[in-house]
Amino acid sequence: MGGYLPSSAAERAGMLHELGFSDECQLYRDVPDGMILEALALPDGLSELEVSREMRSIAAKNVVYRSIFRGAGAYNHYIPSIVKQVTSKEEFVTAYTPYQAEISQGILQSIFEYQTLICELTGLDASNASVYDGATAAAEAVAMCCDKKRPRALVAASVNPQVKRVLATYCEGYGHPLQEVPEKDGRVDPEALAALLTPDAACLVLASPNFYGLIEDAAALGGMLHAAGAKLILSVNPIASALYKSAGELGADIAVGEGQPLGMPLSFGGPYLGFMAAKAELMRKLPGRIVGETTDKNGNRAFVLTLQAREQHIRREKAGSNICSNEALCAMTASVYAAAMGQRGLTEVARQCHAKAEYLAGRLARIGYLRRHSGAFFHEFLTGTPIPAENALAALSERGILGGLPVDGGILWCTTEMNSKADIDELIEVLKGVRA
Amino acid sequence: MKLLFEKGAPGRALSILPKLDVPAAEPEAALLREKPARLPNLSETEISRHYTELAKRTHGVNDGFYPLGSCTMKYNPKIDDEMAALPGFAGIHPLQPAEDAQGCLEVLDRLRGMLCEVTGMDGMTFQPAAGAHGEQTGLLTIKAYHKHRGDRNRVKVIVPDSAHGTNPASAAMAGMTVVSIPSGPDGCVDLDALKKTAGQDTAGLMLTNPNTLGIFDHNILEITRIVHEAGGLCYYDGANLNAVMGVVRPGDMGFDVVHLNLHKTFATPHGGGGPGAGAVGVKAFLKPFLPGPVVEKTESGYRFTTPAHSIGAVKAFYGNFLVDVRALAYALTLGADGMKLAATTAVLNANYMMAKLRGAFDMASGEVCMHEFVMSLEKLKKETGVSALDVAKAMLDEGMHPPTMYFPMIVHEALMLEPTETESRETLDEAVNVLLQIRERAYSDPEGVKACPVKAPIGRPDEVAAARNPKIRYAFPE
Amino acid sequence: MVTPENLKYSKSHEWVEFLPDGAARVGISDYAQHELGDIVFVNLPAEGDSVTAGGRLADVESVKAVSDIFSPVAGTVRAVNPDLENAPEAINQKPYEAWICEIEGLGETEELLDAAAYQAFCEEAG
Repeated sequence: MGGYLPSSAAERAGMLHELGFSDECQLYRDVPDGMILEALALPDGLSELEVSREMRSIAAKNVVYRSIFRGAGAYNHYIPSIVKQVTSKEEFVTAYTPYQAEISQGILQSIFEYQTLICELTGLDASNASVYDGATAAAEAVAMCCDKKRPRALVAASVNPQVKRVLATYCEGYGHPLQEVPEKDGRVDPEALAALLTPDAACLVLASPNFYGLIEDAAALGGMLHAAGAKLILSVNPIASALYKSAGELGADIAVGEGQPLGMPLSFGGPYLGFMAAKAELMRKLPGRIVGETTDKNGNRAFVLTLQAREQHIRREKAGSNICSNEALCAMTASVYAAAMGQRGLTEVARQCHAKAEYLAGRLARIGYLRRHSGAFFHEFLTGTPIPAENALAALSERGILGGLPVDGGILWCTTEMNSKADIDELIEVLKGVRA
Repeated sequence: MKLLFEKGAPGRALSILPKLDVPAAEPEAALLREKPARLPNLSETEISRHYTELAKRTHGVNDGFYPLGSCTMKYNPKIDDEMAALPGFAGIHPLQPAEDAQGCLEVLDRLRGMLCEVTGMDGMTFQPAAGAHGEQTGLLTIKAYHKHRGDRNRVKVIVPDSAHGTNPASAAMAGMTVVSIPSGPDGCVDLDALKKTAGQDTAGLMLTNPNTLGIFDHNILEITRIVHEAGGLCYYDGANLNAVMGVVRPGDMGFDVVHLNLHKTFATPHGGGGPGAGAVGVKAFLKPFLPGPVVEKTESGYRFTTPAHSIGAVKAFYGNFLVDVRALAYALTLGADGMKLAATTAVLNANYMMAKLRGAFDMASGEVCMHEFVMSLEKLKKETGVSALDVAKAMLDEGMHPPTMYFPMIVHEALMLEPTETESRETLDEAVNVLLQIRERAYSDPEGVKACPVKAPIGRPDEVAAARNPKIRYAFPE
Repeated sequence: MVTPENLKYSKSHEWVEFLPDGAARVGISDYAQHELGDIVFVNLPAEGDSVTAGGRLADVESVKAVSDIFSPVAGTVRAVNPDLENAPEAINQKPYEAWICEIEGLGETEELLDAAAYQAFCEEAG
C-alpha cells in the first residue's frame, strides 16, 4: 500500500510518544465514540505497478478514434509538443494559487500573458484569469449584466444546448428569468429578438459561430440590444477569433467562450477553460482572479493578484461570484499554445479548419448529405442524411472514424486542421458504401 | 523579466502545420478581422527558455514545504499524472457513443463508489469543477429538494462566522440568504445560537468539521439533529476531509450533502489555481436532484442517465474528467488502509508541530488539533510591531511557502498551518526552527523582518497601486 | 484625529454637512479612513437612488477588505463626487473635503453626534 508517507511506523510511534500519546486514536478524542470507523469497506491499497496496470486496462476499454469529425463544444486540434512539455513542469503543476506574489512571479506573469492573449483575441480591454468552462463563463457574464432594474436575461436558441442548460441552472439559482430567442434558418430571428427587448432585459447571450457552426450577424443584433439599453454577451471560438471579426469589433460588451481548442486535449470533457473579457468600464464586475502589473519597492516589475475586494474571500455573500479555484494550468496551456502557434500559425489553423469544412461540405452534398442551413459557417455545419444517421455513423465507427454528432435534423459535422484530405476522402468513400 | 509579447521578431515561427491539402476557401472579406490579434512571433528556443525562467520564479510542492492551512498541499503523485495523460483517457471525445467510452464511465462509476464509501453518501456527481462550484451545486440540490416538497419558504442558509468565504458566496449564487451564527472561541458552533436560528425558513446548514481552527466539533451529532428537526438539511464542506478520511464519515455525522475537493484530499495537483474538481455526494433521497448526466451501471455496461428531478447542469459535459482519473489512481493506491493512515499521519504531523511551537506562539486550536492548527501572532505584533504577514514574508527567504494568513477571521494575526502527511519529521523540525528563529529576530531586529523577503525574485509588491490603477494586460507600444 | 466642529457624525463614522439649500453632503471621518487603510476604490451609488437612514449607501475597498458606508439620512442621491473615480485616495488625504455624495429630499435621520460627542465616542472605542 502506498500513501507517500515519508515517516515509517517507528518514526510515527516516536512522534506520538513525544506528544504523550500511546495510540493514534487518542488524537481523535473529540470524536464521539460510535462514529469512529472500524475500517472502510474498500480494498487495501495497491502498488504503483498494480495501479498502472489497472488504470491502463480501464483506458483500453475506450475507443481512441484516429479520425474525428465531431465538435459540438469539444474540438480535436493538434497540440504542439512544447505545450505538453511546458505544462508538465512540476513547478507549474503543483504550485498553489499565487497569493504570495514574491515566490509566484512565474505563475502571475503567465496569467498576465494569458489575460493579454484573451484581450487580443476578443478585441476587448479586460480579461480575468479564467473560469471553469465556456458554459459557466456565459452564466457568469449574465450575472455581470443583470440587476434589480434589468433582471431578465435572453439567450439565442442557436447557442450550444449544453451552454443553455448551464445558463438555465445558474439563472434559476440567481432568480434571473431566462428566455430563449427563437432561431430562423439556424440563426437568431431579429424580429423575435425585437419583441423580447423589453426595458427589463439586461443582456443577450449569442454565439458566433453558433451551435450549427453558422456566423451570426452579431454587429446588427448588438446594435438592437444597445438601442434598448441591453448588453451583448458574445460567445466566440478562440481559434476563429484569429481570423474572423473580433468580439470587440462586433460591438460586444462581454466576450466569453470555451478555450479548450487552445492546446487542451479532448479529455472526455474536462478540464477545459472558460475565458471572459469585457469592455474597460465592466472590468470591476468581472468575476474571479485578475492579475495586475505593479512594481516592488526597488522599482522592479512585479505581478500581483489585484482587485481582490471583488472576490469571495473578502466580500463573502456580497461577492458577484463564489469562484475561487479556476482553471489556471489550462490558462497557461492556452498561452503556451498561442506562443507556439504565433499570430500566423493561429490564423493558419483557422483557415485550414474552414477550408476543410468547405471541402467536406461539398463532397457530402454530392452524396446526398445536404446542408440544412445557408450562409457562412466556420468549421461546423449541419446536414440532412439520405439514410438513417445511426447507420451512417455506425459504418464510420467500424472504420475507426468518429462521424459528426447526430442531432435533430441530421448530423453536425466538424473539421479541423487534423482532418487530412485523405481522411475526408476516406469518410466519403465509407458513406458511399453504406446501404440504407 | 520580459513578457512573451516583448520577445521575438517578425518572421519567427515554429513549423507546426503542413500546407493546406484541400482547396483554399477564404471567408468573405466582410467577415474578416480588421485589426489582427497581436500574438508574439517566437522561435521554439525562445518559448522554451521563457517558461524555464518562469518556472524558476515559481514555488511548487517540489520546491519545499507548503503548509497552507485549508489547502492540503500534499505531494502530487506522478503516476496519477501519467495515467491522466494516457491517450485512452485524454483522447476521448465527450460526445462519443457511451459504448465507445466505457472506460471513462467506469472511472466515474468506480470513483463514485469509493468516494461514497469514504464519505458515507449514496450518490455523487463529478460535474463541479472546484470546491466552491460543488458548494453551489449542493445548495441548488437542497433548494430543489425543498421546492419539490412544496416548501418555498426555506431560503436561509446558516453559516458559522468562521466559515470560508466561498460558503456565503455560494449560498448567494443559489439565491439563498446567509445567516451567520457566531462560533465560540474554539471555532465550534454555538448551540444556543443555532437552536434560535434554525427554523421554518432554514434550507440548511453549511459546516466543515473539523472546523477552520482545526478542531473537531464534538457536538456534531447534536448540531445536525437540531437542523434536521427544524426541517433543514446539512451540508458538509469537505475542504478539511484530510483529517478524518477513513476515520469518520460525514454521512455518519448527520450530513446529507458533501463536497470533496479532489485537488486537496485526493492529491490532484493545484496547477497554480486549478483545475480542481469538487465532487458532490448526496444521501439517497437527494439523488434525483443531482445535476446530470450521471453514470449508471447496468447489466450490459455503463450508461449516462439524467436524474428525474435534476437541477440541470452546472458545467458542460461531465466535470474535470482527467482530474477524476488522477483521483481514482490515488484512491486505488491508498486503499482503505492507506486512507486511514494518511489522515492519522496528517493529524499527527500537525500536533507534532503545534506542540513544538506552543511555547513560543499562542495557539487557537486547543490542546489537540486535527490536521491543521491556527496560531495567533497578536501578542508578537503588540510587542514588536512584526505582524503575521511579516513573519510569512520572512519564511519566503528560507525557501518555505508560508502558512495561510489572516484566516479564519475570528483569530487576529492568524497563521494557519497544515503540514499534511507527506512530510518527513526532519522537514517539520526544520519548519519549526525557521519559525522560532523568525520570532527571535522579530524581537532583536524587527525592521529586518519587515523588510523581507530579500532573497526572492521581487520584494513586496505595491498592491495599493495595482488596485488603484489596474494594469491587467500588456500595453503594446502604439 | 481631526473632527471639524461644523459637521455632524454618525456612530458608524460618517460625517454629514447640512447644506443651505436643504440637501446633505456625506463622507467618512478621519477615524474611519485611518481604520480602513489605503482606499483603492469607492463603489458609489447612482444619481436618483433612494437611501434610508442607516441603510447602505456605498462601499469602500482597500486592498484586502471592503467596508460598507451607511447613509446617516434618508433621501435621494442627487450627486456623487466624480473625483473619487480616479483618486479614491483623496478620502485618506482629506476625508472632510472628499465628500461621497449629496442627498436631497431629506427624511429621517440616524442618531447624530456633534464634534465633541463624536470625539469622545471614538476615544472610548479605543
